[in-house]
Amino acid sequence: MAPSTLLVVLAGLTALAYVLGRRRALGFVSAGKTHSLSGYHGGYVALWCALPALLLVVGWQIFEPVLIRGYVLEGLPAELQALPEAQRGLIFNDIRNLVEGNIVAGTPTPAIVTAAERYEAVLRLSRWILAVAAFAIAVAALAFALRRLRPDFRARNFVEKILERGLMAASTVAILTTVGIFLSVLFEALRFFQQVSVFEFLFGLSWSPQTAIRVDQVGSSGAFGAVPLFTGTLMIAGLAMLVAVPVGLMSAIYLSEYADKRVRAYAKPMLEVLAGIPTVVYGYFAALTVSPFIRRIGDALGMDVSSESALGAGLVMGIMIIPFVSSLSDDVINAVPQGLRDGSYGLGATKSETIRRVVLPAALPGIVGGILLAVSRAIGETMIVVMAAGLAANLTANPFEAVTTVTVQMVTLLIGDQEFDSAKTLAAFALGLTLFLSTLALNVIALKVVRRYREQYE
Amino acid sequence: MSKPARASRLKERVAAGLKRRYRRERGFELAGLGALLVGLLFLAFFFFTLIGDGYKAFRQTVILLDIELPVAEFEVEGLSPQEALEQADYLVMVRDALRARFPEVTERGSLRELFALVSISSSFALRDRVLADPSLVGGSIGLPVFADDDVDMLIKGNLDRDAPVTGRRLTDQQLGWIEVLEAEGRVELAFNKGFFTQGDSRDPEMAGIWGASVGSFYMLLVTLVLSFPLGVAAAIYLEEFAPRNRWTDFIEVNINNLAAVPSVIFGLLGLALFINWFGLPRSAPLVGGLVLTLMTLPVVIISARAALTSVPPSIREAAMGVGASKMQIITHHVLPLAMPGMLTGTIIGMARALGESAPLLMIGMVAFIVDTPASPLDPATALPVQIYLWADSPERAFVERTSAAILMLLLFLLLMNASAILLRRHFERRW
Repeated sequence: MAPSTLLVVLAGLTALAYVLGRRRALGFVSAGKTHSLSGYHGGYVALWCALPALLLVVGWQIFEPVLIRGYVLEGLPAELQALPEAQRGLIFNDIRNLVEGNIVAGTPTPAIVTAAERYEAVLRLSRWILAVAAFAIAVAALAFALRRLRPDFRARNFVEKILERGLMAASTVAILTTVGIFLSVLFEALRFFQQVSVFEFLFGLSWSPQTAIRVDQVGSSGAFGAVPLFTGTLMIAGLAMLVAVPVGLMSAIYLSEYADKRVRAYAKPMLEVLAGIPTVVYGYFAALTVSPFIRRIGDALGMDVSSESALGAGLVMGIMIIPFVSSLSDDVINAVPQGLRDGSYGLGATKSETIRRVVLPAALPGIVGGILLAVSRAIGETMIVVMAAGLAANLTANPFEAVTTVTVQMVTLLIGDQEFDSAKTLAAFALGLTLFLSTLALNVIALKVVRRYREQYE
Repeated sequence: MSKPARASRLKERVAAGLKRRYRRERGFELAGLGALLVGLLFLAFFFFTLIGDGYKAFRQTVILLDIELPVAEFEVEGLSPQEALEQADYLVMVRDALRARFPEVTERGSLRELFALVSISSSFALRDRVLADPSLVGGSIGLPVFADDDVDMLIKGNLDRDAPVTGRRLTDQQLGWIEVLEAEGRVELAFNKGFFTQGDSRDPEMAGIWGASVGSFYMLLVTLVLSFPLGVAAAIYLEEFAPRNRWTDFIEVNINNLAAVPSVIFGLLGLALFINWFGLPRSAPLVGGLVLTLMTLPVVIISARAALTSVPPSIREAAMGVGASKMQIITHHVLPLAMPGMLTGTIIGMARALGESAPLLMIGMVAFIVDTPASPLDPATALPVQIYLWADSPERAFVERTSAAILMLLLFLLLMNASAILLRRHFERRW
């Protein structure tokens, strides 16, 4: 029996359990007062019926492949068993492909065919055992729960306790995700650092991840010094901030201090439309409109501008971040108490003097926090740079030249067919780890600054 | 110096500086206005270029051909009439029609150039037409067939007719033929239905967004089914049940951080966890949906918590007063009242997931896929990734298609956000 059919059967049984439990509880009502409503009695029986059986199914799914693998490999002829672990893994893949009807490399040897038959037989057996066991457990638990129902039985408390546990489990998904990200990236990165030293990765000045496919190949030994990527990322993010901070901050000041209500009501949502545009659209725009435009201007001025200049990607990224900076600064500026402004006006300061000398200094920590968040955004932004920045790792400070970034390299290293344990693929995870840790640090600091600032005026 | 004299000196000094200060005041306000205008102007410029490029892709150049359908072509030995209809060589018939229109072309190279005027898709169009109406066999029909993408670009004015031959995609001969056809009124622009109904293709005139849209739909479906219940459950626990301690603080810090982790990192997680560890298929919308779920979950949780806190305590107290348990208060009273706010937040999260492409690149959803996926396990691509793929294609005709696909994506996003706003307006309650 396939696992999906089993689940359907279990679902049917659970529904039956609910009905039975409910009916039994309704029988109590005529006899007198019950502690819980009949629905809770039904829920109690249904939970007993479903949970242990489900637990068994899930556990079985986890351990079944391991056990079957061991059993099948044991049945192989002795000369195949003597092979090293990696090759036995390949043989096992062949066997599995044969069973699942996938394309198999070459014609399978008789030994593999027999093993495949063995695999199929044991798989069928295992699924039948699982089906019978799960069904038996479900029925037994159903009967047990049904017998425990009494008029004064506290079914509601039990059901609510289980529900609360479920809610609690859901809230840990966020932690599991963070841990999952960190561990998966860390493990692959550690495998990378076994091949390339951390020192070379962090401080090496040349990046060319093309490792040789054949041993006798010349010229592509692979160099994994990530400094050009870091400088490229910082340059593009810096250019973006040069655009986003003044424009975003000034428009936030204008919107919160000068603009009348009608302008604010229309201009603010329109500015926020910029934040809702997908990044791939910005990338397209940077690659097809802005970069060629910059190049033409450069040509007209007699400068040598690359068509994948850092400037084009940086400018467009800056525009993308404008609404981010402006809405964060808007919140912060609005949080500055009116009393500070009134005090300044009372001393005869003009509006702009009040803003520059009183409001902005008071709001500064919040604004800095917002800018840090924006920087982390810019560093991690991918599509714009993938489409508009270059691939060659140049170590340069000239914004008219092409540079590459951490995210661009991550994407280019992982697109395309690569065996999973070559240094080239693993390098993407090392870059990912660097990116994750640096954005994490920025975010933690920024959130802390913003929170502390908020507490100050609350 | 006496007091009044000092006061008047001060007055003078203030008055002297006033003009400058007012000027700076005006300058500052103008700078603010200017900054705002920079943002808005870019937005306007952005939509202007997109629509200017994109609207052309909704119409496609067709060439009206009189195609003969000789009976001989449909009689193949050993095949039933239906099979013969399905397997007949329609490309030859289209080419014969071109040859009949320009009988003077006989040389091999010239013929190839002539045939290159119409798209390969013309034979499929003819086949569909004949299969729908087999009685056409033996006669001749006038059928508008798609022109090649270079011809399309020429007719739409994107290629310069007077450019030197070397930089041009069409030869002098081809230009001449097109001009003849134009003079006869056989070349026109027709609504490009294929753009909405077809999958990807290497030939711009046959490429459409349907396959990518279906892929995006499956992904959003998976994301919605997983992230809404999980997000709401997590929000209920954190807001209503969780004790204030280190552990819940830790959960909160995690949620806030996850919301700010670069999306490309989620792609790495998907690659390492779902594909390499769990062995799920590459390029499948299921994996994409799982990755996007993890990405949108923080957004859903944060908005659901905001919706829960906005339900006033009086509701809870009233329910408690009539003897409801904590779980009953939440499921019977608080949750229904908070639902519109939660849905709004979820839709906004979904809209963000729809526009996301970086993590999808990592899990192999950038493959060239022609077929429309039939289930969330089939290889597929997504709308934003399709845009990325087309933007990388060298053919000039893909530029307008990319813009048109972007317009469609923005339309979907607009619809989602507008429904979120409507939902909020409709159900918003002031307590």
